[in-house]
Formats: sequence, C-alpha cells, structure tokens
Amino acid sequence: MNLDRNSALIQVEEVYKRFPLPEGKGEFTVLSNISLEVRAGEVVALLGRSGSGKSTLLRIMAGLIPPSQGQVLSNGKPLRGANPDVAMVFQSFALLPWLTVQENVELGLQARGIPKKERRQRALKAIDLVGLDGFESAYPKELSGGMKQRVGFARAFVLEPKVLFMDEPFSALDVLTAENLRGEIDDLWNAGSFPSQSILIVTHNIEEAVFLADRVVILGSNPGRIRGEVKIDLPRPHDRLDPRFKSLVDYIYTIMTNPEIEVTTEMAVQPPVKEQVSSPYAYPLPYARVGGISGLLELIVEQPEGQVDIAELAERLRLSVDDLLPILDAAVLLGFAEVLQGEVHLTEIGRDFATTTILRSKDLFRQQLLERVPVFKSILQTLEEKRSHSMRGEFFLDLWDEHFPHAEAERQFATAIDWGRYAELFEYDALEERLYLAETTPEPVGVGQTPRE
Amino acid sequence: MQTYPSPEALRRLPAGVADVAVVFGTLVLLAAVAQVGEGAFARFQPPAVVPEIDLDPRNLPYYAARSTLRMFIALGFSTLFTLIYGYIAAKSRWAERILIPLLDILQSVPVLGFLSITVTGFIALFPGSLLGLEAASIFAIFTSQVWNMTFSFYQSLRTLPQELLEATTLYRLSGWQRFTQLEVPSAMVGLLWNAMMSFGGGWFFVAASEAISVLNQDYTLPGLGSYVEAAIRAEDLAKLGWALLTMAVVILLVDQLFWRPLIAWSDKFRLEQSAGANAPESWLYDLLTTARIPRLIGDWLSPIGELGDRILSQLSQPRLGSAADPRQQQRQERLFTQVLLVLIGAIFVWIAHFIGTTVGFAEVLLTLGLGLLTLGRVVLLLVLATVIWTPIGVAIGFNPQLARLLQPVVQFLAAFPANFIFPFATLFFIRTHISIEWGSILLMALGAQWYILFNSIAGAQSIPTDLREMAADVGLKGWQRWRQLIIPGIFSAWVTGGVTASGGAWNASIVAEIVTWGSTTLTATGLGTYIAEATAVGDWPRITLGIGMMSLFVVGLNRLFWQRLYQLAEDKYHL
Ligand SMILES: Nc1ncnc2c1ncn2[C@@H]1O[C@H](COP(=O)(O)OP(=O)(O)OP(=O)(O)O)[C@@H](O)[C@H]1O
Ligand SMILES: [Mg+2]
Repeated sequence: MNLDRNSALIQVEEVYKRFPLPEGKGEFTVLSNISLEVRAGEVVALLGRSGSGKSTLLRIMAGLIPPSQGQVLSNGKPLRGANPDVAMVFQSFALLPWLTVQENVELGLQARGIPKKERRQRALKAIDLVGLDGFESAYPKELSGGMKQRVGFARAFVLEPKVLFMDEPFSALDVLTAENLRGEIDDLWNAGSFPSQSILIVTHNIEEAVFLADRVVILGSNPGRIRGEVKIDLPRPHDRLDPRFKSLVDYIYTIMTNPEIEVTTEMAVQPPVKEQVSSPYAYPLPYARVGGISGLLELIVEQPEGQVDIAELAERLRLSVDDLLPILDAAVLLGFAEVLQGEVHLTEIGRDFATTTILRSKDLFRQQLLERVPVFKSILQTLEEKRSHSMRGEFFLDLWDEHFPHAEAERQFATAIDWGRYAELFEYDALEERLYLAETTPEPVGVGQTPRE
Repeated sequence: MQTYPSPEALRRLPAGVADVAVVFGTLVLLAAVAQVGEGAFARFQPPAVVPEIDLDPRNLPYYAARSTLRMFIALGFSTLFTLIYGYIAAKSRWAERILIPLLDILQSVPVLGFLSITVTGFIALFPGSLLGLEAASIFAIFTSQVWNMTFSFYQSLRTLPQELLEATTLYRLSGWQRFTQLEVPSAMVGLLWNAMMSFGGGWFFVAASEAISVLNQDYTLPGLGSYVEAAIRAEDLAKLGWALLTMAVVILLVDQLFWRPLIAWSDKFRLEQSAGANAPESWLYDLLTTARIPRLIGDWLSPIGELGDRILSQLSQPRLGSAADPRQQQRQERLFTQVLLVLIGAIFVWIAHFIGTTVGFAEVLLTLGLGLLTLGRVVLLLVLATVIWTPIGVAIGFNPQLARLLQPVVQFLAAFPANFIFPFATLFFIRTHISIEWGSILLMALGAQWYILFNSIAGAQSIPTDLREMAADVGLKGWQRWRQLIIPGIFSAWVTGGVTASGGAWNASIVAEIVTWGSTTLTATGLGTYIAEATAVGDWPRITLGIGMMSLFVVGLNRLFWQRLYQLAEDKYHL
C-alpha cells in the first residue's frame, strides 16, 4: 500500500454537469469546472450543502452518469461506463431484500463470473470483517439499520476495490449506531487492514468529515464548484477532544455559513464562478419556514450575549447541518442575524423580531422582505398591476422554472408563499392555486395575537 | 387467517412425511395433466365432427380439468408475453412510445368481440383439427389476462429504486443477471397479485369461449363452459347446479394449491425493508419448505443453473455507457412522433374507407346510438352498484374482524364467472316477464359489482382510525359523516373499482344483452347485441365497426371521465 502512495487513482478534470430544464427551457448547471484527485492511501471527504451536487459528482466518478464536459481518469485512463476500480456504499443500503446476507455480498463476485466455491469463501471473509458472522443466511428484513449497512460495507469490501465510495453512509442510521459503525470503519482503516486503498466519502456532517478524512474538499452551491480543501493534519485516529479538532470543525462551519469566504489551503483555490444574475427569481430562497426562523432567533436571544457557536447549536438541537443551515441562511438574508467565525449573533432588528409581539414581528418581517428580497417586490408588483389583484400561482412557478429544476422551483414557490403569507403581503388559495393581494388593512388575526404590552 | 394444518404442526411433522406427501402430490398432478392433456391435444377431429358434451355429472371433473388446463396454458403465455413486452417497453424509449399507448387501447378492446376473428384465424392455422378451437379459446383467455399483468410489470420496471439500479450497474451485473436478480424479483409481488386477479376474471372467458357460434357454425370444446351451454339447451336446472358447484370447487382448489403458495412465497420479494406484520400463509407452501426433496433437487440442479447463468451473462454483457447528444436526441424524437402521427392517421383513413365502402356511414350512426344505449346501462349499473354496495363495503371495512372474514369471500365471488349464473337469471326474467332491456343491467352487474364492493372495503380499511375517532369526537353523523370523512377517504379506491367494473361491464354486454334459455332467446337493444349478432353470422365489416365503436366508448370514457377522477383523487383526496 505504501508503494503507490500519492499516485492518483482517480482524477477529475474540469468536469461540468448540466441537466436539461423541463420543457426545453435550457439547462441547469449542477457542477461547474470541477477538478479533483483521489490518491492512494488517503481518505477524502466531499462536504457541501444539500443540492451542491456531491452525489452527482460521486456518480460521475463512479461512471454511473457521464459528465457533460470534461473527463474522469481512472488509473490514468479515461473512464467509460461503470468504474471497475470502485465499489460504493449507499445511503439507503441498496440491498436486494430477496437475497440473503451471503447472496447480497456475493452479488458483485457472481457478476465477475467467479466460481461458487471461491465466492463463498471470499464472502464469508468479508462478512466476518464487518462483524456479521452468524447472519449469513438472514434476510435484510430481519436486520437492524446498522446491520444492513454492515452488509453494504461487506458487499463493497468483498470486491477489494481500489477506491471505496460512500454516499452519506451513516445518515440513515440513528445517532448511536452511526457513531459506532463510523468508529469501526475508522479502526479498520487505521489498522491498515482496510480492503481498499482509498476512501471517498460524501457527507454533510462536518464532524464526520473531520473525524474520518485526511482531506476535506468543500463544495459550494449554485452551481456546485470546489471552494477549496482543508487538510486535517491530525494524527490518526483523529481525537475529538484535541483542541485542533474543534478549531478545524469551527473553521469549516464558518466556511460553510459564509459563501463569500475564501478557503485557505496549500492548494490553489479556484475563484468562485459568479453567474450574472438579472431576474429576482434567480436568487435562491433558503428553504426555511417562518416558524423555524423565529424559533431559532428566540433560542439565540436567550443565550448570554445573544450569540452561540453553530457547531454547538447543531449538536444541541440534534439538527443536521443540512436542516440548520437553510434556517440560518434565511435569518442572515433577512438581516436578523450575522455569522462570524462559527458564531451566530443577532442584529438589532433580529433581537426586536425575536422578542416583540406577533403583530409587530409580522411588520418587521414584511419590512425586511421588501427591503432585502427582491422577488417579493416583484410578486407584489405583478399582483398590483392586475385589475383583479390576483394571479395564478403557476405564473410565478414558471418564472422560477426558468432558473431551477422543477422540484427546486416548487420549493422556491412554497417558501415564497410561506413567507409572503406570514408577512401578509399576499394570500394564497391552495385549491384555486391563485395568489391574491392582501387587503391593505390586514384583518385582526385571531385569538392570542393581540398585543400584550 | 387460519390455515390447516398450522405451520407449527407442519414443522413438527418429520421431514420424511412431508417428503412423501410432496412426492405423492407431484405424481398425482403429473398423471392428471397427462390424462387431461391427451384429450386436449391427441384427439384431433375435423370440425364437422363436433364433440358431444355428455351431461352426466360424473364427467364434470374431466370437463373442469380441461377448462383449468386451458386457463393455465393461457397463464403461461401471458407470463411469457408480459416479461418480453414489458421489458422491451421499459427499456427502449422508442418502443415505449408505441407499446404503451397500444397496450392502453388493447386493454379497452372488448375481448369477446375478438373471438370471431381469432377462431377463424386459428382454425385456418390448424386445418381439420380441434387444436385451432383450443388455441382460440386459450387466446381469448390470454387476452383477458395479459394486459393487466404487462402493465404491472412495466410499471415495476419503471419504478425500480434508483440506488438499487446504481448498485447493479456498478457491480457490473450482466443484463441477464439484472433481469433475474433485480427486475423480475422486484416486480414479483405486483405481478402475482395482478395475475391472480386476472386469472379470476379469466373463468368468465373460458365459459364464453368454449361454446360459440361463429360464421353460422357452432363450435364446442369439451369443458365446463360448454357443459353449461349444453345444460341450457337441455333446460336442465339440476345439471346447471352441478356445474356451478364444480366451478366453485375448482376456484377454491386453484386458490389453495396454486395462488396461496405462490403469494406466500412471493412475500420475500417485498421491497419494503422491514418485516411485514401479517405475512400471507399457505399450508402447501409450508409443506414444500418443510420437505427435503425440493431442496435436494434444487441443490442438485444448481450447477446447471450456474452454467446457464454464466452463458446467458456472457451473451448480455453490460454495455459501456455512451453519452448521446441531447439535442440530436430531441430532434430524433420529434421526427419519430411525426412518423407515428402519420401512421395513426393512415390507419384511421383506412378504417374509415373500409367502413364507408362496406356498410356505409349511416351504420356508424346506428352503432353510435346503440353504444349510447349500452353506455346508459353501464352508467346505471355503476350508480346502482355504488348505492347498494358502498355502504355495505364501508361497514365491512370499518370492522376489521368482519373484513378479514369476508374479503376472501368477495374475492371468490369476483372470480366466479358470472355467465354461469346467467341461465338462472334468464329463467327468472322469462318467468317474471322482466324486459331484458332492463334485465341485462342486472346480468352485467353480476360480474362487475364485486369490484366496487371489494374496493369499498379496501378504501374503508385505509381510513386511519384516528380520523374516524376524530369524526366521532366532533359529532359527525349521517350524511355529514359520509361527506366529510367516508367519501373523501374511499374515493381513490372507489375510482379503481369503478374503472375495473366499467371495463368488465362493457365486455359483459356482449354476452349479457343477448341470452338464451332452451329455445327462447332474449335480445336487448345495444352495442353488445350488435357485436354478438354480427359475430354469429360472420359479418366482418359489422364486427369491425362494432368492436371499434365499443373500444372508442371505453377509451373515451377512460380519458374523459376516469382519468380526471384519478387526478382528482391524487390531488385532493390523497390520504
Ligand atoms: N437526473 C437529474 N436530473 C435533473 N436534475 C438533477 C438530477 N440529478 C440531480 N439533479 C439536481 O442536481 C442538484 C444536485 O443534486 P445532488 O443529489 O448531487 O446533490 P447533493 O449535494 O448530493 O445533495 P444531498 O445532500 O441532498 O444529497 C440538485 O439540485 C438536483 O435537483
Ligand atoms: Mg446526495
């Protein structure tokens, strides 16, 4: 294993991936100018927010989908079709429920035409390695989530791939099981008995990335691009109690919450590709509900000094970064909060919003929306221009459709409706699928919502 | 549901006894098939010598076996067709665009109208032998079963979980391995369920296709259906009763010996990753898994299987992916659509020309009117069946114990061929002087109504208990309770039942609008009668026109009515 250390096993060269938008409305760029290398003997983590294209990149490197532009080299040769040097562990395990543990593990060997006897032996060895002996003839249904994922690992191990790919392998497990399995995989790796030369793991869990990886590659969103990488220069196994561990986690949190920050590493960082955005519908709204935003702000305001460490916050709320970050983003977008060095603190308005009555917080919300999120002004304008002061929801959905894939456009639409309703800018009739301009004097909003001061 | 003997008892049974039972059972089955099959295939006779049906009830087991064999041969062909057609439609984007709409149309064509066409075709294919008739009957059963199964298989292939697909691609499974390890297993549960339901529907067509008169000639195949036909001609109620009893026994036997074990076996193909609460059980399946012989034979055959797998895998190596230019693809697709449209247009022109030159367009208007009459019957039937059976179904569905008890009964009733009951109803109409114009609605309902009942039960069961408790809590009663809770809750299940019932009713109209008892024939005005009469005299243009018109009604109804209801059910009443 030491012999070919540092030689590149997989190289990604200036890869782009675009998906066609529905109804031939052009294309949606998911990955932009990605260059990346996986070398022998290292663990690389791909870290990025939901939708940044991590899974897409992983699948391109595995040869499951072709890039739109650029190429992937495997062992120095351009990749065509499924990558033979790669085995993958899936988030949802991807086991065939009608095969026993043994048969599932043998699947890849069978496809390679390996005779039955040898298949059996090798599978038993892999099953042993993941600690599942005794379960060879069990069916996946009979296993717990953690054990299912162990089968997933055994199925990949048995092929002795050069690189082991994992797409969020622990995120479908409960916290303790995930912790346990993660630790075991790390032990295997550190003991030098790991059946593959390198690991590439996709995750949105920052701690997990720092714990497992030698190198954390950070992907930015819209379009997915490499923002840079962070070397985890800790002795293996990475000790969570090491102060350096904590500072690395904090540092990465800061990067993840500030799209503008430049990632400093020894590697040259590619400048982020800034798209020329003209339409207000092209700025993505973070997918967060108003209830979530005000809940978060209320939590922070109760902290001494009105600020809190993001990593701690995520830990305390048992929220994955993916669930927490959009809420934070929304708070920042609306000018309620600011993020500095891994700490969130509230602005004046944010503090006001979190502590005042519901009517006034609606006013504040409306004011911030109109001031800071151009799309609401645009929607309002459209509604005002119509004599009926109403418009089909589909009209707006179409506008988003021009900039996002349909599923994302629908999320944008849903978010805008949620915010706009709360701010009493407009109303939405879900049955008729129509937006109505709110009456200029908003009606009293029911019980418990009159000012108490 | 309780099975006897219980699985525990069987497990306690020494494997040796189970083995003896399995060997004995297999031998009996083989002997029976050989005996019956000889009659079906060896006794070739020119069609002029029509085989006599002996009304002695002791012959009934033999006739029943002949009919059952036909059913199973049709099922075999249906399965084969399903695997091939569904696979091609799911794999090729080009083929999909032709095959799926075609399937949609084929599904709507009244199968019984086909009979005349196929009988003549098959008789020409096997001149001077009964095999042609045999094939025509099997073909009629086949066409009644196959479309459902194919749709189910195609749908399963199209909805395979993404990660499973990726796993099999990455692990380089050959096309054959993918097919046997992933695609067929994941489709198995749906496929078997559909096969079982279609098989039940198939008895209707056995009965209808064994004794027919086509092109002024009476054809008879030995079987349960022709026995009933002969009993009707002889006006012999007792014999009819015996036939009814035999039919019931056969349905029960096939269920216990064939479908139950298969369904129990297929439970392992469920895609849900957690263990199901109530796995289906079958005493025969337990017996087979207890015995050692099946396993020994399996082990013994496994090298052969291995070799076969290797050879077929060699032949179906995974192809290297090549990215096609999406723009060029779009252009090709547009061209393809245009060619298709031209072709469809040409077919329409040809049909119009054929009709115009033979029967004339006045006849088209006539069939349209007749179609409207039959449509009226179908609608009335649906309304009546809904008004009568939905409350009963809901009452059953809300009572879990009752539901568990009655659901197999309803399933049995749905499988029981309604045309076995027709003679009794006909006699009743004759005695009470009820006009067949109205009576035919009852005849059509005899088969179709069960789908409404069946789905009402299922729909009511799907309403969550806490919703029902909430309704009781806020004091919803009577009509309010129906409007707010029950109708929305069972709506999508009712739509499913309604589509099936309406399709079944159209098909049944061909045999329900014109019925006989002895020498008396009752004839209702409608499209079904039109087709049946055209078939009897072999009037090709009228047969074509009648079938075409009926297909048009069914397709139109599906498009304009049922599909919208489906949409509504999806959008609004999704639980
Ligand atoms: N086949 C496809 N067609 C169209 N758009 C796609 C396709 N696959 C992915 N996308 C889009 O590409 C973007 C990135 O998806 P991807 O699954 O790679 O993200 P991810 O970083 O893995 O996110 P997550 O953390 O949620 O798994 C998403 O916006 C998604 O909608
Ligand atoms: Mg992903």
